[in-house]
Amino acid sequence: MDAIRALIVDDSSVMRKIVERSLRQAGIELSKVFEAGNGAEALTILAEDSVELILCDINMPIMDGLEFLKALPSVENAKNVPVVMITTEGSEAHVVQAISLGARGYIRKPFTPDQVKEHVIPLLGVKA
Amino acid sequence: MLEVATREVFELMLSSKLTTPETVSEGTLDITAMVGLAGQLCGVMSIRCTRKSALLMASKMLGVEPANVGPDMCDAFGEICNMVAGNFKNKIPGLGDSCMLSVPTVITGDDYSMHSPKNSAAVELRLLFDNAPVVISLQVDS
Repeated sequence: MDAIRALIVDDSSVMRKIVERSLRQAGIELSKVFEAGNGAEALTILAEDSVELILCDINMPIMDGLEFLKALPSVENAKNVPVVMITTEGSEAHVVQAISLGARGYIRKPFTPDQVKEHVIPLLGVKA
Repeated sequence: MLEVATREVFELMLSSKLTTPETVSEGTLDITAMVGLAGQLCGVMSIRCTRKSALLMASKMLGVEPANVGPDMCDAFGEICNMVAGNFKNKIPGLGDSCMLSVPTVITGDDYSMHSPKNSAAVELRLLFDNAPVVISLQVDS
């Protein structure tokens, strides 16, 4: 499996570190990890750099995860990049909304590294 | 429900089992994390403990020694409260869609008072994390 570039979007720096650690524990080799504290910061990063995977919280200041999903198709670098939501917002309505906006996976906090593996590995086209 | 939600967060994110105290002896709980709830359920979820416990929680969450946690302590402690609040509301049918959470706030120190609207109800849960007290409160205003 080739190393990938990932973008982790969460207003908590601790959660960003935990998500990165969970990806590594899932056996995903990361060549570069970009971090953003909200959707707007993430869009700025994506305007300059390309990634193969995005993991995104929903409740964030300035631009939340759902607004970020709405804006993502307009970013040339990110049109086909899989987005997995990792959030405390676990309602069916949030899941449906996120999926309808293009999210490819949805993980509820609290989560285990195994859940990250289960949701992310298939999106990268490799065997778990 | 609140206890189950709390225990799950500590077990999944900190690999720690909370225990039930035999006697109530809290001492000075000098750090508080709070998350506001708005919508069908309005109120405040809070977690109080000692700074030493909050530091240990952060170290377990991050997988580093307590001495290496640094300024992430408050962020981690706030996230724990956020996850407990989110996990709690997701366990109540219908509340997931109709109750929103604020971003967490963390207060250090113990010399403060909380003033809630009249007729608000409170649920308080006392547990032990690494043999130190943790108090989880849910103040419900509607």
